[in-house]
Amino acid sequence: MPHLSTYVGLADHSEKTLADSFRAVADGHAHVSDVHFTCLTLAGWSDDHRHRLASVVERYGEDTDIDEPERLHAAGLAEVREGEVGLLRDLQDLHVLASLVQTTWTVVAQGAQGLRDTELLEVAHHCNAETSRQLSWLNTRMKVAAPQALIVSP
Amino acid sequence: MTTERIDDVWGARTPHPRATAWPTRVDLHLEDGVSEADVDRWVQSACLLCSNGCGCDIAVKDGRMVGVRGRETDRVNHGRLGPKGLYGSTPWASSPDRLTRPLVREGGRLVETDWDTAMGRIVERSRQLLDEEGPLTHGFYTSGQLFLEEYYVQAVVGKAGIGTPHMDGNTRLCTATSAAAFKESFGADGQPGSYEDIEHCDALFLYGHNMAETQTVLWSRVLDRTHGDDPPRVVCVDPRRTTVAAEAERTGGVHLRPRVGTNQALMNALTRELMENGWVDEAYVATHTIGFDDLRSVVAPYTPEEAERVCGVPADDVRRAARIFGEAEAPLSTVLQGFYQSHQATAASVAVHNLHLLRGMIGRPGAGVLQMNGQPTAQNNRECGADGDLTGFRNWDNPEHVRQLADQWNVDPMTIPHWAPPTHVMQMFSYAEAGSIELLWISATNPAVSMPESARIRRILSKPEVFVIVQDLFLTETAELADVVLPAAGWGEKTGCFTNVDRTVHLSEQAVDPPGEARSDLDIFVAYADAMGFVDRDGAPLVKWRTPEQVFEAWKESTRGRPVDYTGLTYAKLRGPSGIQWPVNEEHPDGTARLYADGVFPSDTDVCETYGHDLVTGATVTEQEHRALAPGGRAFLKGAPYLPPHEEPDDAYPLRYTTGRSVYQFHTRTKTGRSRPLDDAAPDAWVELAAADAEARGIADGDRVRVESPRGAIEVRARIGRVMEGAVFAPFHYGHWDPAGTAEDADARQANELTMTVWDPVSKQPVFKTAACQVTRIGG
Ligand code: SF4
Repeated sequence: MPHLSTYVGLADHSEKTLADSFRAVADGHAHVSDVHFTCLTLAGWSDDHRHRLASVVERYGEDTDIDEPERLHAAGLAEVREGEVGLLRDLQDLHVLASLVQTTWTVVAQGAQGLRDTELLEVAHHCNAETSRQLSWLNTRMKVAAPQALIVSP
Repeated sequence: MTTERIDDVWGARTPHPRATAWPTRVDLHLEDGVSEADVDRWVQSACLLCSNGCGCDIAVKDGRMVGVRGRETDRVNHGRLGPKGLYGSTPWASSPDRLTRPLVREGGRLVETDWDTAMGRIVERSRQLLDEEGPLTHGFYTSGQLFLEEYYVQAVVGKAGIGTPHMDGNTRLCTATSAAAFKESFGADGQPGSYEDIEHCDALFLYGHNMAETQTVLWSRVLDRTHGDDPPRVVCVDPRRTTVAAEAERTGGVHLRPRVGTNQALMNALTRELMENGWVDEAYVATHTIGFDDLRSVVAPYTPEEAERVCGVPADDVRRAARIFGEAEAPLSTVLQGFYQSHQATAASVAVHNLHLLRGMIGRPGAGVLQMNGQPTAQNNRECGADGDLTGFRNWDNPEHVRQLADQWNVDPMTIPHWAPPTHVMQMFSYAEAGSIELLWISATNPAVSMPESARIRRILSKPEVFVIVQDLFLTETAELADVVLPAAGWGEKTGCFTNVDRTVHLSEQAVDPPGEARSDLDIFVAYADAMGFVDRDGAPLVKWRTPEQVFEAWKESTRGRPVDYTGLTYAKLRGPSGIQWPVNEEHPDGTARLYADGVFPSDTDVCETYGHDLVTGATVTEQEHRALAPGGRAFLKGAPYLPPHEEPDDAYPLRYTTGRSVYQFHTRTKTGRSRPLDDAAPDAWVELAAADAEARGIADGDRVRVESPRGAIEVRARIGRVMEGAVFAPFHYGHWDPAGTAEDADARQANELTMTVWDPVSKQPVFKTAACQVTRIGG
């Protein structure tokens, strides 16, 4: 199952990237209080996903050597942007990262189905559902920020 | 002048048994030297000093308001008035420091001018911003103390005239969670219960609601039950040992004292107990709710022992409280700021609904929920949509709802900003700080004192780039920072309706003329709309009304077919013996005591006021997701795990800071501070500490102390009091305005210097109750 282990590795890796990026946005936009606190909470969810995956990773071995999915390893947000438009762009970047996380969980769940690995399946379903909630928040927050940022932001 | 209600806040008891009518008792107060025989006229109204909405008549003598008398026939108070209503209702009106002429800023100073000049400046700036940058430059921050008609006109001007999403009220600080919790559970705002449930209940739960101080007449109503035959058992959830807590213990109930910031863990444990012990009406749950299984898995980890660990409440007390609720035949719950202004506000308030839904205890005499409001007319702001709501409990995300309003106002639906959730006030101030809101219009509220992290708020209001308009009765701390100040008429000086917590609509008639050139808020917004030339699709004036009654008739039309149906009300009908509970329509010509008696909720996708939110993140549920759930009139059981508060105490700030009120003052004391008896009873700020915390710091009762958080500090006198160990309580009424001129700490006593800029993810209500702080002694 070399490819499933690759995707398990990708799930772990992309959740880490997402968690780090949520924290970077939380710190970088600390004065935007709801963004700050919600991003910290959502980073915690991604940490928890990695935690849940840990025992599975042990069983499958985390395979990061395969070339092909490397292209999927999105870079996280090292630096945040400034101002209201910057916040909008950062949220959009988080959305891209979270989408990658979500599709990864979808793929992992399919593999787990095939192998009848109920433990992995449960982890994948749980994490997928919470990633949906992360995405929903990002969507909501972008919709709130957009008009002001695009039209009247100085 | 007799001021007995200062010492005897709730007055003489009139006890009565369960399910019998609450006896009447008429309270009256007249100015010194005025007797009942001297009064020229009595003018019908209702008290405007808290959300209870006690019916009263205003005494007029020689063109002045000289006192008030409770209306014996009114369903809300049966004649009673409390200390604020009696002593605070009229003195402010003839106070010599009333604003009587408009002011404009000239060379850095506010100077008197005439209306044409003041309105001319507003219109010039407003026009210029609209032409150059558009409607998103305009923000309106209004009140919970104007009349229904004034909110409605403001909503029409803001939404259909200007087209800005930036409209909110200080209702955001007091009542936003009440509305949000209703919407999440039932699909739309609207109080299910009725005050008469107090007569019928056999258990009474007060969640973060210090009713004895916040709604004193309602507490008299409770005391008349707890002192009569067959009394209800009272359960109080409050970290402070309040009067309510003492009554809970006296009646064989329970006082639960959760650590500040842990309400949600406690609520989850109570919910779990109901499920574990089979105190669930399964047929009701199956027919009238959705979400049971999810709720069960959310609350599963919260055993009473877990609640004890997180909240510090003994596990057996949790069990006892759950049993009282679980075995009650008619439990009544009330909720207020201890939940609304705390961490996880909406989730915890929704959890109260869950308990009632699980037991099918809603819509019957005694079995109900009262999500309280802080302010007298907060409900109307929610109904009319001068805050973040859409007029008539409509749904921003529903194009059909937006079209209904556009048709009624005869404007293009695109004018009405509905592309995203409306902007809450904390966000509005952030936009002003960032420079994208450049005109801020503040009516009848004092954010420089009442908003969290108040130093920041004052900085924003002082920015030269932000054009600030303030209309108020007095030159408040906020008005001092304005570019234009407009003198407003107050209660008794204008006519309009308002609606209390239990949906009772009262008409408050004009009793006297406003002083000098002061005008009603209604007249001010009409004048602005006229001067701006706002027109409808046919080029006719957008605001077509001139009198409050004309506005009321237009408002009624906008409620037709909505849960908040006013179509059966008229001014004439409201001049009857008592206020009337909406909905009032052909089907219910005399009003409606309770909502949801049939277990049918306004949750249908095409009906609901919101599709709902994720209670943890605040993410909105989409229309498709909502439709997929097929709620079809069922209520939502929504749960959320407990999350630790935003700011945890540490070595530098080891205590938890919470704010609240005094029984004798209201808001920033604009009215109550101008009543001698009330101000004498609570002239100055203080902080309350637990004995152990005081002792550890060498603080004695009455010492001067410095209370500091990462954001600011106050220096006031200490009281060793009723708070639990680790907590510090400060009243939020006090800014630097000092009517008696004797406060030693007037410049260093503003409670919100310490609070955080953080809000609930769903209701967006700021969290006033969970900052970390330190207290040190600075003098005797
Ligand atoms: S309880 Fe409220 S409404 Fe009634 S008199 Fe007191 S302040 Fe006024």
